[in-house]
Amino acid sequence: MTTSPAPQAPRFPAPGHAAPAHAPAEVHAHHGPQSFWTRYVFSTDHKTIAKQYLFTAAFMSIFAVGWSMLIRLQLAYPHNTWPILSSLFPGLYQDGVLLPERYLSLTTMHGTVMVFFVISLALVSGFGNFIIPLQVGAHDMAYPFLNALSYWTIVPACLLMMVSFFVPDGAASAGWTAYPPLSALAEAGSGLGQTIWLLAMAPFIASFTMGGLNFVATILNMRTRGMSLMRMPLTIWTLFYASVLGILTFPALTAAAIMLLLDRLGGTSFFLPAGLIVSGQVLPHQGGTPLLFQHLFWFLGHPEVYVLALPAIGIAFDVLAAFGRRPSFGYRNTVWSILAVSALGMIAWGHHMFTSGMNPYLGEYFSIVTVLITLPFSVIAINLVASLWRAEIRLHTPMLFALGLIAAIGVGGLGGLWLGTATSDMYLQDSYFVVGHFHFMIGVVTGFGIFAGTYYWFPKMFGRMMNETLGRVHFWLTTLGTFAAFMGMHFLGMGGYLRRIYDPTTYRYAQHQPLNVFISYALLLAALGQVLFAVNLFWSLFRGKRAGANPWDATTLEWTTESPAGHNNWETLPTVSRGPYEYRTDNAPAGFHPQGEVEAAG
Amino acid sequence: MGWIIPHGVSTFTPEIDRLYYIILVITGIAFVLVEIGLIYFSFKYRAQPGRKAHYIHGNVTAEVIWTAVTAVTVVIIGIMSVPVWNKVKGRNSVPAGALAYNVTAKQFEWNVGYPGPDGQLNTADDFKVRNQLHVPVNRDVVLEATAEDVIHSFFVPAFRLKQDVVPGMRMRIWFRATEPGPYEIACAELCGLGHYKMRAFVTVHTQEEYDQWLAERAAQAQSEAQPSAVASR
Repeated sequence: MTTSPAPQAPRFPAPGHAAPAHAPAEVHAHHGPQSFWTRYVFSTDHKTIAKQYLFTAAFMSIFAVGWSMLIRLQLAYPHNTWPILSSLFPGLYQDGVLLPERYLSLTTMHGTVMVFFVISLALVSGFGNFIIPLQVGAHDMAYPFLNALSYWTIVPACLLMMVSFFVPDGAASAGWTAYPPLSALAEAGSGLGQTIWLLAMAPFIASFTMGGLNFVATILNMRTRGMSLMRMPLTIWTLFYASVLGILTFPALTAAAIMLLLDRLGGTSFFLPAGLIVSGQVLPHQGGTPLLFQHLFWFLGHPEVYVLALPAIGIAFDVLAAFGRRPSFGYRNTVWSILAVSALGMIAWGHHMFTSGMNPYLGEYFSIVTVLITLPFSVIAINLVASLWRAEIRLHTPMLFALGLIAAIGVGGLGGLWLGTATSDMYLQDSYFVVGHFHFMIGVVTGFGIFAGTYYWFPKMFGRMMNETLGRVHFWLTTLGTFAAFMGMHFLGMGGYLRRIYDPTTYRYAQHQPLNVFISYALLLAALGQVLFAVNLFWSLFRGKRAGANPWDATTLEWTTESPAGHNNWETLPTVSRGPYEYRTDNAPAGFHPQGEVEAAG
Repeated sequence: MGWIIPHGVSTFTPEIDRLYYIILVITGIAFVLVEIGLIYFSFKYRAQPGRKAHYIHGNVTAEVIWTAVTAVTVVIIGIMSVPVWNKVKGRNSVPAGALAYNVTAKQFEWNVGYPGPDGQLNTADDFKVRNQLHVPVNRDVVLEATAEDVIHSFFVPAFRLKQDVVPGMRMRIWFRATEPGPYEIACAELCGLGHYKMRAFVTVHTQEEYDQWLAERAAQAQSEAQPSAVASR
């Protein structure tokens, strides 16, 4: 199994390490694992685990995007038949026609997989694992084994989700929100797929909780000497708050999922009231209430938006500083605003339920809290834009995606005002306005964060640069496609067009087929753009230009180690003497002061 | 076209639409400013030889002003929203003397229970009509709504009215229609494979038309209920 012994890494004591002086010399600093299995598969190296997460997310995104293409095909041409699709997907199509219940499976699985198995995995687990030790100056995560365990817990969850398409009655079709009684009653149309959906969420939540605990422990305890909290890059701050939010709110979803599973399988009635009649049969349940599930679901579901969006915004702040060559505007206010957004985000879940039948006074409360989030969020948004003010902007691909992310916040954030105001939400709830809105916030903002991060950190991950030209074309196709499509969805929603409708021509008041066709083609364009991204990714892995340690002339700590970063990141941990974005031109020869720069004596 | 809110025909419409358009204008202006500012900055501050980036960490005054403007705007919208919300959804907002109907939602239809000739709901002469809600114009109407199986949502776009109908809960939904005509009722909450076709109509009549319709349907219902009695007479 083992290969020839590699030269032993010199075991210098690490003066920069924050560990107490009496600690035994550097437990971390032994050479890396040598066998293929321990190095690439069951690795405990945070960078390998990060890549595993990122590639898993990329793999899952192929399906999630593919399903969205089938959804868009149905919405653009609801009355056409596609015999070829019948032979390709016999479970979904019959005689060339998409089955209505499988249309609902597609929307359910697209939402579920995108939110939990693509964006969470890539942005939080993937980039979080990669960048936290590198940006705070640690050899690895606080608990490397837990880290590997959290990745390998996610794998069965992914497999279960995919398998559910092949069971009788197909994949879950009660929406990614899985509201009971629909999701609780097989009689009402939720079959084995729904049970598997719930069983797949369990390992996902367990994995995400392990990962989050690891992130918080690492950020709080593993920072190198001099890396005070207020010197942390904003990516770290946003990942920190995202992890805390996840740890605090996922238990509610766990509880909800367990209770729903018991309602399905154990004959309990947590969410099922007395007197239910399904197809003429009176059901024996009594005593539960469907609204309880909605409260539990959105107690997680709303903070989840910030769990996803905040790290993307953090990445954008890092990228804006590096490619604008100036400090991030209002760093301290941004940090406090992220805290405020997270705190308020935890007590605002009810704005998903304005029309649910909960007490109207509660609706007023949730409306006020929701609209209050606008305040810290607008500070974050304006600090993003102001970070461009009097900058020296270099429009490399990561920067393009960071700028696109700001543009998307401009749409998505403002749309939030329509939906957070209870009165206008009464009309817009469950319409395509909502669909357009959340695709901007947790589709485009997070997606662009992932792309910005990929183009930005690719050299640190693989030691090579990604191709700029392909990157730019990828950016413009993605931007044009997604913005046109999701703006179009806002307009559909203003006309009252509802989501989750299999046949878009059903309602006479909302006949907007030309717009639906336009949206479908716009998304096809965006999806084709992702092919370029995949090509760029694989081409650059093997053929990309070799990258130096700091190809972007950036200040944060990850750029002080070689590219790709070695097994322990640094032989000797760097010492930090300044804030994260010291791009200044006064006395620095390179035009910037890296965080880990040794104070020059003269 | 899609982005035009449908013509509104309930007493809620003017207030809700006014707020809707105010938010449209405010967010529209903010949207244009943000996007133009973003594009303008991206071009104006592109790296050029001979110009150095300005080293600045932030500007508290600018942030305070920005936050204050946002705060005032959202507070005003909030203050405008509360009375409208209370009027539509408030627990005590259903006007006294409103005409009452039973609405029972199930996969995938809306069943409307009408008071029979006695004018009283929940008496023996009540009758049911599937997917048809008939109401008189300019009268307060209250729907006593329940769901049998899963959650449905009663949505009349032309009334700007949406209310989930939840099993185990009785929802009181009220409105007052201002123009006669047929308007669509949509189910706005995913309720299963037939969700997309859970479509019904609310027909707003003049009072005379309504009285006539009600009398006809009541008689029809009565004869359907006792066909043998009629035949043996």
